[in-house]
Amino acid sequence: MGGTTHSSTDPFPPLLDVSDVTRSFPGVRALSGMRLDLRHGEVLALVGENGAGKSTLMRLLSGVDQPDTGRFLLDGREIRPSGPGHARSLGIGIIHQEFSLVPDLTVAQNLFLGREPRRWRWFVDRRALDRRAAELVAELGLPLDPDAPVATLSVAHQQLVEIARALSHRPRVLIMDEPTAALDADEVETLHALIRRFQGPNTGVIYISHRMDEIRRVADRITVIRDGRYVATRAVSTTSTDEVVSLMVGRAVATSTAPAPTRVARRPGPVVLSVRGLSTRGLLRDVSFDLHEGEILGFAGLMGAGRTETARALVGADPSTGGTVEVRGRPARIRNPAEAAALGVGYLSEDRKRYGLLLDHDVGTNITLAALASRFATAGVVRRRAARTAAQGYVRALGVRTPSLDRPVRNLSGGNQQKVVLARWLARDCDVLIVDEPTRGVDVGAKEEIHQLLEGLANDGTSVIVISSELPEVLRLSDRVVVMSEGRVTGILPAAEASQEAIMRYATLRPENTGTPPPDRDAPGDQYRAGAPEPTAPEHGREARP
Amino acid sequence: MTATDTTDTVDHPARRGGLAGAARARLQQLLALASLLVIGAFFSVASPFFLTYGNFTAILFSTVVIGTLAVGTTLVIVSGGIDLSLGTGMALCAVVAGVLMVDLGLPLAVGVPAAILFGGLIGLVNGLNVTLLGIPPFIATLAMMLVAGGLALVLSNSAPIYFTDVPGYLDISTGNLVPGVDFPNAVLILLVAAVVAGLVLSRTVLGRHTYSVGSNEAATALSGVDVRRVKIAVYVLAGLFTGLAGILISARLGSAQPATGMGYELQAIAAVVIGGTSLSGGRGSVVGTLIGALIISVLNNGLQIMSIPQEWQNVILGCVILVAVYADMLRRRRRG
Repeated sequence: MGGTTHSSTDPFPPLLDVSDVTRSFPGVRALSGMRLDLRHGEVLALVGENGAGKSTLMRLLSGVDQPDTGRFLLDGREIRPSGPGHARSLGIGIIHQEFSLVPDLTVAQNLFLGREPRRWRWFVDRRALDRRAAELVAELGLPLDPDAPVATLSVAHQQLVEIARALSHRPRVLIMDEPTAALDADEVETLHALIRRFQGPNTGVIYISHRMDEIRRVADRITVIRDGRYVATRAVSTTSTDEVVSLMVGRAVATSTAPAPTRVARRPGPVVLSVRGLSTRGLLRDVSFDLHEGEILGFAGLMGAGRTETARALVGADPSTGGTVEVRGRPARIRNPAEAAALGVGYLSEDRKRYGLLLDHDVGTNITLAALASRFATAGVVRRRAARTAAQGYVRALGVRTPSLDRPVRNLSGGNQQKVVLARWLARDCDVLIVDEPTRGVDVGAKEEIHQLLEGLANDGTSVIVISSELPEVLRLSDRVVVMSEGRVTGILPAAEASQEAIMRYATLRPENTGTPPPDRDAPGDQYRAGAPEPTAPEHGREARP
Repeated sequence: MTATDTTDTVDHPARRGGLAGAARARLQQLLALASLLVIGAFFSVASPFFLTYGNFTAILFSTVVIGTLAVGTTLVIVSGGIDLSLGTGMALCAVVAGVLMVDLGLPLAVGVPAAILFGGLIGLVNGLNVTLLGIPPFIATLAMMLVAGGLALVLSNSAPIYFTDVPGYLDISTGNLVPGVDFPNAVLILLVAAVVAGLVLSRTVLGRHTYSVGSNEAATALSGVDVRRVKIAVYVLAGLFTGLAGILISARLGSAQPATGMGYELQAIAAVVIGGTSLSGGRGSVVGTLIGALIISVLNNGLQIMSIPQEWQNVILGCVILVAVYADMLRRRRRG
């Protein structure tokens, strides 16, 4: 697969030329020979799966991190951004997914944060600040009140403040990372209008998004990256959504969608956990699904689709605004994770350092934490020998590589840390185990061990929910796959019909276009498809593969 | 990935740290103990009056109140909280003891437990404010510090309550369990209380959960531990120790002094910190706290014996806190 690229002897160099950029982290090659070219006056969409390397590339361009090899040329001249401020002064503006606004300050104060107009050197010239903020807002045609504290704005308007701030620096290259993730259709239109107004003959926009419909409207060309590598660039006018999706997931699909050799056909039993209409204030709308005994239910979706939020609301870690949960047919009111655990529902967070481990505590303490009261204590006094023996047993069974139980978990590798938090829930002996990104930051060997462990659990009758951003992992493990997009369930696919293409199609749906989300029917073999943009047989995608 | 490569995959420097695992937990206490001995040795050389049995028991006796408060607040601090209401809470409990036994004439066997339980009640209110209302511990207990200090004055009409007519009350602190052996009861009570607190912290589910909450509250909650109950229990326990300290101090003075509590909480926190307990939670021990309290007493006592003006004692104590905490941080950083 080729792609439109330029040669370096081009008499008219592109606005931004990224060539042969490599960046490795211990154990991971995040970018390898990455390249792209942004032409003058164009909007270039950058697409790729989660973890394809988009964020790494952004970090390099914004100077937060430096490439190992490769170079960036702006108008043919090499630039080496050394930090966000430097990148900005070079003419590269970046709007991150996570806002960098100070909530308690006003819009005007945020717009000029760090470069406030001064008076007598030490004092903020408030009048000048207000005037310039008003000018900026008016010039960009934004519906913003410069005096409003940012905390009082909707997420969409906060996004606009962020964009206004980036534009106020008059960047040559504006990079937007998922700028519409929080916006509704009208606001997306406002944003696109803003991009068109910004765009001149000497500027360019890199637009990172998962939403093909928007890309088709706003972008001129699409560059696809995958696994840290450049894949292809296509003109929007000559490509199709199908082509782009298959380029995105094209990685060795032949091997990763094939059932893993160790896979045994599980025969899931009756419904253990039934969730109906789960909603939260922020994101989730009417999430419904069933989990069967001994089943592995995969949760797929793009960043921010609401998979983690579903798990957290389910176990009561975050408040929900509606919905019912039944555990083994009995209505359950779960207000906090302790109540969830008492019902046999355990949740392992995606962020094991923040929400999983007691980093300074030893392996034994970490393993026995969840089961201390229920299994390892008599009348509130810890039976230390029993706890230690059990912990030792899990260390051995899971192959946690640590010289002793007394080692602080901080000193273990990522894979071993992950096994420790898994062991914690095994010790608690749950009926339902929800694992969120169980192999993130874990090396290949440990990953395989964790996969086998999860499969073993399911074979022994534990019901497992696997939330993962890695489609091959979801496909490898799942009996069925729940696909979410923007806080809703857009499809529930049985393993036989789940392919990377099918999942990506549901994951990129805007739920507004799909009508009511599907009720999950009872039988595990049951299939439901939400209204996909075009009906697609699973074979379709396979034909497109090389 | 077989069991045979279990040890090979572990990097070497980390392994050294692992082997020292259990010993290292003690090291922090050993360091504190060593500093205590060094300070003691210094005063022994500097003054002939320091190293005598009389002075030894005097030091222990003067450690009792701060020690009891510090042991209680160790639990709170290990859980990642803080309790500023200990000092005035202690004064209030002493006043309550006075009201019950002097004004109402209740017997010792009722008045003493009631005053201690009243301390538990103060702790319960603190715990509920922190958990149910979600008020940060610093603010919740700062408010309680003011409330308790005020109530102590209100209940006592701002006047000391004398226990002269309560038989046996003064013996709680100053009497000797074994007649003729000069070893004050208050010191024994502190030791028993410290052993109880130490066992709670190291051996019970509550204690282990206290460390977990202090180390990573979110992770502990997600592991199915009812974090609120842990926190409430910890504040209640600290309150009970506050009540006990109220009894000990009023029995020693022979009176409940309603205006004397303020400032004790900071001395107690200083003892905890010198003893190696982290103010950010998750780490610490009762033994360390006891040593910390002893270091403060020895310093005060030794400086007094050397006739260094009272005013300088706090200056030196402040410096000791800085040195102790900085040394602990250095050790920790080197370990990486």
